[in-house]
Amino acid sequence: MISRRPRNLALLAGLSLALTACSAAGPMKGTDTSKASVTTSQSISPSTGSPYPSTYKPAPSAPTLIRGATVLIGNGDRLENADVLLRDGVISAVGVQLAAPADARIVDGRGKWVTPGIIDVHSHLGVYASPGVEAHSDGNEATAPSTAQVWSEHSIWPQDPGFEAALEGGITTLHVLPGSANLFGGRSVTVKNVPAVTYQAMKFPDAPHGLKMACGENPKRVYGNRRQLPSTRMGNVAGWRAQWIEAQEYARDWKQFESRKAAGAKDVRPPKRDLRLETLAGVLSGEILIQHHCYRADEMAIVVDMAREFGYRVSAFHHATEAYKISNLLADNKICAAVWADWWGFKMESYDAIPENMILVDAAPGGCAVVHSDSAEGIQRLNQEAAKGMAHARRMGLEIKPEHAITWLTRNAAQAIGLEARIGTLEKGKMGDVVVWNGNPFSVYALPEQVYIDGALRFNRAAPRALPESDFLLGQPAYEGVIR
Amino acid sequence: MNTLIRSLASLVIVGMLQHTALADDAATSSGGSTLLVRNATVYTMTRDATAPLKGTDVYVQDGRIAAIGQNLTAPAGTAVIDANGRALTPGVFGGLGHIGLEEIGIEQTTGDFAQRLGQMRPEFDVTLAYNPESMTVGVNVINGVTFTLLTPASASGGSLVAGLGAPVGLDGSAPLPARIMFVDLGGDANDLSGGSRAAQFMLLRQAIVEARAPNLVMVHDERLLSPSGRQVLVEFLKGNGVFVFDVDRAIDIRNTIKFAREEKLNAVIRGGAEAWRVADELAAARIPVIVDPLHNLPDSFDEVGSTLQNAAKLRAAGVIVAISLNDTGVDDAGKTRQAAGNAVAHGMPRMDALAAITRAPAEIFGAADRFGSIERGRPADLVLWSGDPLEVSSLPELVVAGGKTQKLESRHTALRDRHYERVKSGTAR
Repeated sequence: MISRRPRNLALLAGLSLALTACSAAGPMKGTDTSKASVTTSQSISPSTGSPYPSTYKPAPSAPTLIRGATVLIGNGDRLENADVLLRDGVISAVGVQLAAPADARIVDGRGKWVTPGIIDVHSHLGVYASPGVEAHSDGNEATAPSTAQVWSEHSIWPQDPGFEAALEGGITTLHVLPGSANLFGGRSVTVKNVPAVTYQAMKFPDAPHGLKMACGENPKRVYGNRRQLPSTRMGNVAGWRAQWIEAQEYARDWKQFESRKAAGAKDVRPPKRDLRLETLAGVLSGEILIQHHCYRADEMAIVVDMAREFGYRVSAFHHATEAYKISNLLADNKICAAVWADWWGFKMESYDAIPENMILVDAAPGGCAVVHSDSAEGIQRLNQEAAKGMAHARRMGLEIKPEHAITWLTRNAAQAIGLEARIGTLEKGKMGDVVVWNGNPFSVYALPEQVYIDGALRFNRAAPRALPESDFLLGQPAYEGVIR
Repeated sequence: MNTLIRSLASLVIVGMLQHTALADDAATSSGGSTLLVRNATVYTMTRDATAPLKGTDVYVQDGRIAAIGQNLTAPAGTAVIDANGRALTPGVFGGLGHIGLEEIGIEQTTGDFAQRLGQMRPEFDVTLAYNPESMTVGVNVINGVTFTLLTPASASGGSLVAGLGAPVGLDGSAPLPARIMFVDLGGDANDLSGGSRAAQFMLLRQAIVEARAPNLVMVHDERLLSPSGRQVLVEFLKGNGVFVFDVDRAIDIRNTIKFAREEKLNAVIRGGAEAWRVADELAAARIPVIVDPLHNLPDSFDEVGSTLQNAAKLRAAGVIVAISLNDTGVDDAGKTRQAAGNAVAHGMPRMDALAAITRAPAEIFGAADRFGSIERGRPADLVLWSGDPLEVSSLPELVVAGGKTQKLESRHTALRDRHYERVKSGTAR
């Protein structure tokens, strides 16, 4: 390793290996608590159902009325001196001078700002857990260019202290991805940011899986160093296309089998299951959302063409440091760009990154800008990342209002991971994921005072926990005295 | 100073001039700018300053601070900026890093910050690799970063003694003489010390013995140092230089304090994730600490006690604190100001946090006559901010570095302007 202190494990540990990644999701049918199922299409093969179901249960909570706050709805609207009522785990009402239910807990919101829970669409918490020992390098199955068969959720270590640190920064939902060493890194998963012993108890019920794909330098470096495909960008594209062709055949075989079976044919044997192709076929059927790590504008444009060639959608480009060069193309194709505020120069494909990237993505009609972290540090203050973008917008003469900027961290983020119907705004019926800030969240001094997940108070700065949530930190002499 | 004219009427009020035009007007042929900043909230950051000076003017003549006061006047034709009460601070410290020492982090051919000779070479002077025309310089200066510490890294295949570095101004000038030596300690340097942190002090002591006894008879193969390495190290041992120890674990910091006392070294702790746990000892030893206030996770078993309150707790114990991110990338320099703001959010007094990215690093690294404060007679190195200088929502409206007004343009703004036009016309595709 060159740098004494790599930016993050996923990124620079990757001189030899993996940088960052995003990945896949799958159809999660028949799990428990969800109110709205977003995965409605049929599984491409009968066995993809829900073998690792969510066991997440919202914590019990009393009705809570937050009163008299500045409320950023998350859809671009803002209310002053407004109230937010959480009941039965969901947003029950938002408005001015709401009547207080008799059984409600009242929170004085005067001088405070209230936003939807912050969503990070690009995290490696749990899969590159702290402490960053070799044994915790679980984010890249860098043994073949396509490992669409692996699921990031099977690497998540729920004891990663990064989860509770992120909660204190207002993160209520995060999308955990495999790394970007591979062309197809594997499935990514959405989790609720709650302490748990098993990942299933964090798993967001009925959320679509993602499939992490990667452009550019990482796959070609990792495999080029081993003298195998891909060693070039053209090798990347050829590698992707070959996989999609296989997936099309696989999907066709299953469709034939099912239609024959439905027609009452006897002695039809199902095709052999293939976990890798099952994931890819899930993308082609629309059940799994593509989360594509890609920096350069020209490469993103190639991916847009490839998606058209094989008939699937790209949900979001991640990192997308040159998204600003193709803002209109992305908007036309309804592809979100999940970006940093100010990372640049750490690799050639990030050389043209500019702090106005999110601003120029947002400026295109229909543009979907998302602020992401890819970092255990950055996830703790995504609000500040957005604020930096706002400052650079002002320098170029554009005024971005807080009620608009919050959409990059909430509604747009929810859209990128297929959950816009359930989280991301403070609209009636959505999950009760709420942050109460001690001031304007786009200030460096702003801190979450209270964080609610499904209506339950999960972090309260006024009543710090006596013990860390992470078993790893529990009983560590060096940690005693730390009150984070 | 002697050219101040007492006639308000002669002032040319430039007001909210375009930054680029201002730069053109203000830069004189001699290189140093002449300008008057009127009605600013001036954070001089001198040692005795406990609060900013409100409604104060700063007159810069030929690149030097000529006057600080109220209702100053300047010769006709002087560029005048009405600060309208906004904050004027010294230029910000970009931390310990690789600005001008690398162009692309991951591309080794563009990176010069580490030697991999397989030898301990304390004489490895990284400032010789500094490129003042690197894109990484201009991109940072427009965000108010006017100086940084050129920092060599300990790389695999190199040595736990990373080599020499120095402060440099981001105005295109040369680095200061290399009087800072960097030493990497702790678990992440184990591969440079035969697998144990215990061997790190063993190797350092051997190097010191060699440097202090140049005539020691040893066969060449047993030596750690070259003749020139011994020469450089012995100067540091005489007190002519500062050792920066990159170390995190409380007991390792305690051992470093002891080592520095025994060997009479001018020591600075860098990183110091658990420094707050030995704050009183650091204060007593008068050893400054360079902390990353965003660091709160146990990245390794050396950092289990990491906390966002590290900076505040060290300061409360009376330790001299400067701020640098632990990451050394060229894009991390712009985050020292954000890190200072976060330190305030977690308990550090605001003036202390501002000092930690201005005066404190300048003093610790022997560059206080160039950077870190606004004082009469000093070269002008200052930034006028659009708002609170520690806010992420603030950006510079004026940057004077090395006495020269900087154009607020960089390769980044050129990319922004080119492609914003395309987005506006719907052709960004």
